[in-house]
This record gives sequence, structure tokens and C-alpha cells, in this order.
Amino acid sequence: MTDLLKYAIELVAVLLLALGIKGLSKVRSARGANQLAALAMGLAVFGLLLNYLGTSGISIAAWTWIIAGTLVGGVLGVITAQRVPMTSMPETVALFNGCGGMSSLLVALAAALYPAVLEAAGPVAVVSIVVSVFVGAITFTGSIVAMAKLQGWLSTPDWMQSRARHAVNIALAVGSLVGAVEMLRNADSSTGLWLVVVASGLLGIGVTLPIGGADMPVVISLLNSYSGVAAAAAGFVVGSQLLIVAGAMVGAAGLILTQVMCNGMNRSLVSVLFGGALGATAATGGGGGEYTNITSCSVEECALTLEAAERVVIVPGYGLAVAQAQHTLREVTRVLESAGIDVSYAIHPVAGRMPGHMNVLLAEADVPYEQLQEMDQINPEFPATDVVLVLGANDVVNPQAKSDPNSPLYGMPVLDVQDARTVFVVKRGMSAGYSGIKNDLFELANTSMLFGDAKKVLGDLLVELKDLGLGKK
Amino acid sequence: MFVEFLWVLLLGSLLGLELIGKVPPTLHTPLMSGANAISGITVLAALTAIIKAGDNTVVLLLGSISLGFALFNVIGGFLVTDRMLAMFSRKPARKENR
Repeated sequence: MTDLLKYAIELVAVLLLALGIKGLSKVRSARGANQLAALAMGLAVFGLLLNYLGTSGISIAAWTWIIAGTLVGGVLGVITAQRVPMTSMPETVALFNGCGGMSSLLVALAAALYPAVLEAAGPVAVVSIVVSVFVGAITFTGSIVAMAKLQGWLSTPDWMQSRARHAVNIALAVGSLVGAVEMLRNADSSTGLWLVVVASGLLGIGVTLPIGGADMPVVISLLNSYSGVAAAAAGFVVGSQLLIVAGAMVGAAGLILTQVMCNGMNRSLVSVLFGGALGATAATGGGGGEYTNITSCSVEECALTLEAAERVVIVPGYGLAVAQAQHTLREVTRVLESAGIDVSYAIHPVAGRMPGHMNVLLAEADVPYEQLQEMDQINPEFPATDVVLVLGANDVVNPQAKSDPNSPLYGMPVLDVQDARTVFVVKRGMSAGYSGIKNDLFELANTSMLFGDAKKVLGDLLVELKDLGLGKK
Repeated sequence: MFVEFLWVLLLGSLLGLELIGKVPPTLHTPLMSGANAISGITVLAALTAIIKAGDNTVVLLLGSISLGFALFNVIGGFLVTDRMLAMFSRKPARKENR
């Protein structure tokens, strides 16, 4: 009877998890789907506890350790989730993900050290343990490196950019394999186990460290897929079908999402993982060279042009997210709207610090959802636009991607801002974008540069606009 | 038993591949964060380890730390995803109030 109940609960949990993942891919159902998945998770835990209560029982000692782990993890989780600013979302996801990998690693470690306790002896169990430790360790160290790089705590050392790193990484992979073989050959010794732990942990660092900041979201998405694989492997170790299904689902779905993100950024997964930072090779590829004919202008001129406009399109980018200027931007657009100017936002698929991040940031700043236009919708409308305000975006507005077949950017989907009457580009300096490629847009006659931090420029702009009498009823 | 598990793995993977077909870029970040929370399902493995540990302190300790990490991932992940998605969904509601 308990068996039947256990299977019923597991089945419902799997169903709800699947519906959760499915629902998360549609805007309307996303929030409910997330809650559904959380409910499924709770149900799975409840089912597992119920099953053990009905069979072997759960000792007082076990309860103590369960409650201790739950309190620490749960409280930290709640605090982190509530405290992190929306701009730090990429590193937060990386941190959570790394912890998931660590969890699988630790369970596998326990099973490897005490096979009798967890009934995990024999070659099949050893292979499951190896996979769980290997993938879990890579997920953990890789995610932590990704987080540290996104936070700016770590930068890539030069030797990491060289080809020698591939040799080091291959050596580490071979080391893990040797450890795994040793574990299979000699079940009583833990030397092999520790070799796998150390080598795969270092491998996670070695693979992630050379990858550039803008490619990091793809890496996090891939590591997210790995943590699903690690969970599925842990499912093999402890003999839980539910764990295997859920882990496999996340692993596969994460892989698809990674691919979708790569497509949006016009990068192949292979080049993200093994190519290192794009800038190093691409800058010489084409379209390089110094800028000539740059027109820069004052905030005042920009305000005057905006005042005379009827239709304004905002192109927010990575720089806006980094400067945390989304709230100031919203104030500026409120003033423009109150003067009867039509304002919309052109969202490139990879705008922000990771795909979809800009939508979250603008939503946080109270920008109405209907004003966010996707690239394909807004591109035909640029010729009818008076003013485009590019805020901290660079490569996604580079006309080279359409006009110059020799450019490394060629073929990447871009926003055709140059078709508008006037373009203002707010930028900190003349430094190149993440691709390291010169942007032809900046030299066009209808483009003016506004140098400065996005938040400061927008703040000044707000003052100027109000001085002109806009925004007063 | 093992073969049965392999079937489960295969079917689970196929299901995962099918679930996400077209995702609007808007949802990449929340979807990644939500899927990430689900990968914290290793709570089940951690709980199993603790319950089966008996009086083996090392397994109890490893299991408990593992549970902490997994729950941090699950609870933090779901909450932060909800925080993001709440920003998307409150817009239409507010408009109706106007």
C-alpha cells in the first residue's frame, strides 16, 4: 500500500515538474509554472519522508541533521533571494547552480566512502558515483568561477588565453579518468576517489576561467544543464527514479536553452567553450582601425532634439545594466511621455547581462510591458523614428553586421538604428564593444556621442528636460 | 533494476528535450533560474543519505551539508525566479486598475 502511494506521489511530482518547465517558457504562464514546480518539489520531499516513515522509520539523529541542514540552507536561500539586486541576477543563478552541483558531489562522496551504508557497491554504483562526483565538481567550481568573473572578483590570467590551457585541461580530464579506473579496480582504497574530486574540480576552473564575461550566460546555462546531469547521477547512486527523471529533464532542457541562447548571440557552443575571448582573434579580422569623424554633443543638445521629437526609441544595453541606470531611464521616459512623445524600447535578444535580463530590469523599473519591442518588430519602424537613444549598447547596433561580409559580426542580428533620423549614443568612452570591433555607427553623420556613465548622463538629461519645461503639467 | 533506471533516464531526457521548443528571449533568464532551482532536486538524495546513515556520523554530516547546499539552491532559486516573474505579471494587473 505504501509502495502504491509512493509511486503515485512520485508520478504526480514528475508530472508537475514537467508542466512547470513547460509553463516557464511562456510569458503568461511562467509565474504559475514556477510555483507549480516548487509545489512539485515539496511534494517529492513529502513523499520521500512519508515512504521512509512507513518502512524503515527515521531516527531522531537523522531528524536532527535534516532540520539542521534545512534551516541553514533554507534561511540562507531566502535571504539571498530577497537581497540580491536584479542587476546581479547572472551571478546569483551561477551561485545557486554551483551549490546544486556541490550537493550531488557530497552525496556521491558519502556513498563512495561508505558503500555499505547507502547500498552503493558494485561497478554500476561506482560508475554512477564517478559521474556524480565528476559532473558535480565541475558544476561547482565552474559556477563559482563564473560568479566571481561576473562580480569582477576574477579576471582571466594571460596564460589562460594561450593554447597551453587545452593541454592542462586534457591532462585534468585524463587524471579524472585514471582516478575513476582506480576506483573500479580497487574498491577499498579512496585514492582514486580523491583524484577524481581534485582533478574534476580543477577542470571546472580550467574550462570556465578563459571564457569572456559576455559569454558567461551561455556557460552558466550549460553548467545548469550539468547540474541536472549530476542530479540524475546522484539518482542512480541512491536509487531514486524521481531524481533521475527530474535531473534528466533539467539536463536536456538546459542544453536546449543553451543552444537557443547561442543562436541569439550568433555564437556556436564550441567557440564559446574552446575559443576563449572573441576579441583576441576577431579584432584583426576586419573593420578595425581608428575612429575618425566622431561627433560628440552635450546633454543640452540632446535634450533639445528630444523635445522636438515625436517618436523616440530607446536601445538599452549591457552598459545600462552595469550602471544600474534603468530607474533613471524610466524617469526620463516618463517626462518624454508626459510631453506627448511616443516612447518605445528596442530589446535585442541578448541585451543586458544575459538574454532576457534587460526585460527583467526594465520591468523592475516599471516600464510597461507593451512598450518593450523585440528586434523583428521594431526594425521596420526605425525609418519613421525621430530619435534613437542607445544606452550602453555597442555590437547589437553595429551596421557592419549587415553591410560588411568580412566583419566577424557579419550575420549577427542587429537593430537598424542608423535608419532613424538622429541617433544619440551614450557611452563611457571610445573603447570597443565586447567583440573588440569598431562600430561604424559612431561615424555616421546622424550619430552623436554623449560620453559618460549612463546613469549620470540620464540624470543630467532629466534635469535639462525639466528645465525645458517638459514633464510639468 | 539498472536497466529500468536507464529507461527512466532516457525517457526523462527525451521529455526535457521536448519541453522547451520556442522560448521568447524575455524568458531566458527566468527559465534558466527556474530550471536551476529544479536541479536542486538532489535534496532527495541528501535526505536519503541522512535517513540511511544510521549512526555513521560522517555520512550524517555529509548528507546534512549536502541538504543545506541543495535547499539553498531550491529555495533561493524558486524565490528569485518568482521575484523576477512577479515583475512581468504585475503590469497588466495595474493597467486594469487604472
